[in-house]
Amino acid sequence: MEREKVIEVKDLVKKFGSFVANDHLTFDVYKGEIFGFLGANGAGKTTAIRILCGLSRPTSGKVLVAGFDANHPEEIKKRIGYMSQRFSLYNDLTVKDNIELYGGIYGMTMKEIRPRTERLLAKLSFNQYGDTLIGSLPPGIKQKLAFAVAVFHDPEIVFLDEPTSGVDPITRRQFWEMIYETASRGITVFVTTHYMDEAEYCDRVTIMNEGMIVALDTPSALREKYNASSIEELFLKIARQKTETA
Amino acid sequence: MAAVEAYNITHRYGKVTALDDVSFTVDDGELFGFIGPDGAGKTTLFRIAVTLIIPSGGRMTLFGLNTVNNYRELRNLIGYMPGKFSLYQDLSVEENLNFYATVFGTTLKENYHLIEPIYKQIEPYKKRIAGKLSGGMKQKLALSCALIHKPKILILDEPTTGVDAVSRTEFWEMLSGLKHEGITIVVSTPYMDEALRCDRIALIQSGKILGINTPDNIRRSYSQKLYAVRYPDKYKLLTSLRSLPLAPCPMPIAPCSEPYTLSPEPFGDSVHITLPEGTKPEEILKALETAGLPGATITEIVPGIEDVFLELMKKDE
Amino acid sequence: MKKFMAFVKKEFQHIFRDYRTLIILFGLPAAQILIFGYAVRTDLTNAGIAVLDNAHDVVSAELITRINASEFFHIKYFLNTYDEIDPAFKKGKIKAVIIFPDDFAERLTREGNATVSIIADGSEGNNANLVTGYTTAILNDYSAGLTKQLTSAMPVIVPEVRMYFNPNLQSHFMFIPGIITLILILISALMTSVTIVREKEFGTMEVLLVSPLKPWQIILGKVAPYFFLSLVNVIVILLMAWFVFDLPVKGSISLLIAECMLYILLGLSIGILISASVEKIMNAIFISALGLMLPTLLLSGFIFPIENMPKIYDYVSLFLPPRWFVEIMRSIMIKGAGFMYVWKGTLILAAMTLFFMLLSARKFKVRLEEGGK
Repeated sequence: MEREKVIEVKDLVKKFGSFVANDHLTFDVYKGEIFGFLGANGAGKTTAIRILCGLSRPTSGKVLVAGFDANHPEEIKKRIGYMSQRFSLYNDLTVKDNIELYGGIYGMTMKEIRPRTERLLAKLSFNQYGDTLIGSLPPGIKQKLAFAVAVFHDPEIVFLDEPTSGVDPITRRQFWEMIYETASRGITVFVTTHYMDEAEYCDRVTIMNEGMIVALDTPSALREKYNASSIEELFLKIARQKTETA
Repeated sequence: MAAVEAYNITHRYGKVTALDDVSFTVDDGELFGFIGPDGAGKTTLFRIAVTLIIPSGGRMTLFGLNTVNNYRELRNLIGYMPGKFSLYQDLSVEENLNFYATVFGTTLKENYHLIEPIYKQIEPYKKRIAGKLSGGMKQKLALSCALIHKPKILILDEPTTGVDAVSRTEFWEMLSGLKHEGITIVVSTPYMDEALRCDRIALIQSGKILGINTPDNIRRSYSQKLYAVRYPDKYKLLTSLRSLPLAPCPMPIAPCSEPYTLSPEPFGDSVHITLPEGTKPEEILKALETAGLPGATITEIVPGIEDVFLELMKKDE
Repeated sequence: MKKFMAFVKKEFQHIFRDYRTLIILFGLPAAQILIFGYAVRTDLTNAGIAVLDNAHDVVSAELITRINASEFFHIKYFLNTYDEIDPAFKKGKIKAVIIFPDDFAERLTREGNATVSIIADGSEGNNANLVTGYTTAILNDYSAGLTKQLTSAMPVIVPEVRMYFNPNLQSHFMFIPGIITLILILISALMTSVTIVREKEFGTMEVLLVSPLKPWQIILGKVAPYFFLSLVNVIVILLMAWFVFDLPVKGSISLLIAECMLYILLGLSIGILISASVEKIMNAIFISALGLMLPTLLLSGFIFPIENMPKIYDYVSLFLPPRWFVEIMRSIMIKGAGFMYVWKGTLILAAMTLFFMLLSARKFKVRLEEGGK
């Protein structure tokens, strides 16, 4: 089955001076996929994501995101959503203000935003929070709202940076269910994390080490291949192997 | 003598109750973990333990010394690593360490043996300023700084948050090493899988302790048999499991108050369920096939800490 | 003590490693002195003046020619009566009016001295000084020439200067005490509050509090370097005032330094108070900048004379330390006053210092009263 690719990366190289941050990365991400992107600090993850989000240009290689290459960052930015633990919503604005702000940033009109906001709040059973300041909401609800806002403009791809680290188990389940639901609508979900149990939720997982992709497959296939009981174990195996050979 | 004894600790910030009647004991030489999400009250509890906050109610002693009245004596015994690694970003590795050593009235040389296994990993970078270190190296430096005065107890507030998996594993190995030196270690983490590294753990949520025990006993405390169901389309599997005739109340995105039987919960690449009494696992597969999900698999599994946490949270609500 | 010294050393390391801090500490005072100094020190060329010659004699005519011929002045108006002086100032762009009395030459030759009145536009204090200076130079030059011709005692032309618009001319050097006031409050209050709050923001304060260090050691360790640096700055400013602007301190240097120390202490205690009340560096900067710098600039008499303010501001300024300090500095530096003249202000500042010290000591805690992420 030939699936539609929303991200195509071929021989991506990014150098900072003589330092090679990304060394010939090649991978594809398919429409509606939940794609996990793992790696230790300094493995080159952040660099690659900055390129995919149109924030930085590759030194060489081909990068297509939502059909546009990295030389058209403006087009890419229109078609992606982004959410991280550190930056999500404005605490001093209400829930509705935040949604309107983000909708507005992505060029939606108030006419489009209003009914969508209502639908969104209804779906999350958050109707009563519409006029509440974000800052006064419990962290779990904030987190879910942040994700809903990141996909509010129906991007083709949404990038999540450690989306559920530090949330309680119930919220985490609900959060992942939202992610599944989003993916089933055809929105690709690109997740980066240090936390391997988060990786287990992904359809496919990529592990980076020293600027290179060292593994890319479904979590179960990877576990089998490396004879590991969890992605965490597998990750450590790969990382240690590397340091020993290095 | 117990290293830490806490009796009915309660703490409020204005109207918000951060800690609600928390009691626990940590034995001397134990590696004790507080496991719970952000906002559970871990940081407040730790700040009370290190004498930085006077609790609104209750009392806590460390080695028999009260955290409120005997704070002066206590401060010499505690090695503390706050949630944000407390390093001077503009000072070098060596300068940070020397500074903390002097502040605690000791020298780097005096206790070098204690921090050696940790410090030697960052020693090659000792001239580098702390702000330029990677997360893992900062973590090691912060731990070295907390250890420099040979404390009797180490209190580490989320030392592994934001640090990569390799560094985290190394970190837990270091803690095991320190335990052998006889240092009591109290550590907090939002990551359930790290719980297994502790001698005993307390599950904490919304300012309350849900349970305290060894990780194994905690896992055994799960009240029912647990099964993992696998199917390539996890979302479809999840929604189908909910709408199977067996499950009267689905678990929607927002929590629901009615009881339900299957409690399907996404867990990594599978969905965890519990079965109503008398239902066999095969019946689930059959029902799924009828619902259009052929070829799903089901296996009985040992509950993890997170499964137990989830169950306790639901019970608490 | 060893702990304390380690602390102070660390603090100096912070300061010397951050070039931005260094720029603020040393670049700013220098820049301000030069900007304030040179902004008002434009050289005088071809300044328009008016002449009221009541004498109409040879000497006055000679002097008028000389004045007009100099590169500094050109005479725009010749006035006939005193009544024309005010309109001349108001309509014409003249810096001064020079008035010769009617018996000018006669008195000069007969009595050996005569008076020339100079009415200068005091609204630009600096210009007024320059105009009088140059005019006096021309007059002296002339009398020196006369001395050579005559063998008798040197006739003296006494310039009698009066100010228009600003009768008690504020010296253009008035800005130096003002700058010292500003710099001291900036370094002592702003820098201390920022450096303490930084420890809070980076979480290092938590460990320091848990350490056996006593709170006073932490606080003293944090402020001692800034006390020292503030003093260094005072000396730099004074040296610059002396060498660049020829303004030596008229009064006692040790009294001046002692007053500065008092004011630095005041600033430090305000800084500690601010740091005890806020959690974020940005807040510390805002409070220090708006709460301390603005009053110093606007209400201390540094830029706008207090006499010209509405009464209400005058009363408000009584409660502001900079007002008293600017006054003390001016008295010592420019008027050369001794302690007898500044004891009142000193007492008030001392009381304020004590007040803020006690308040900040109360507010600074051995614990984090509030916490939680």
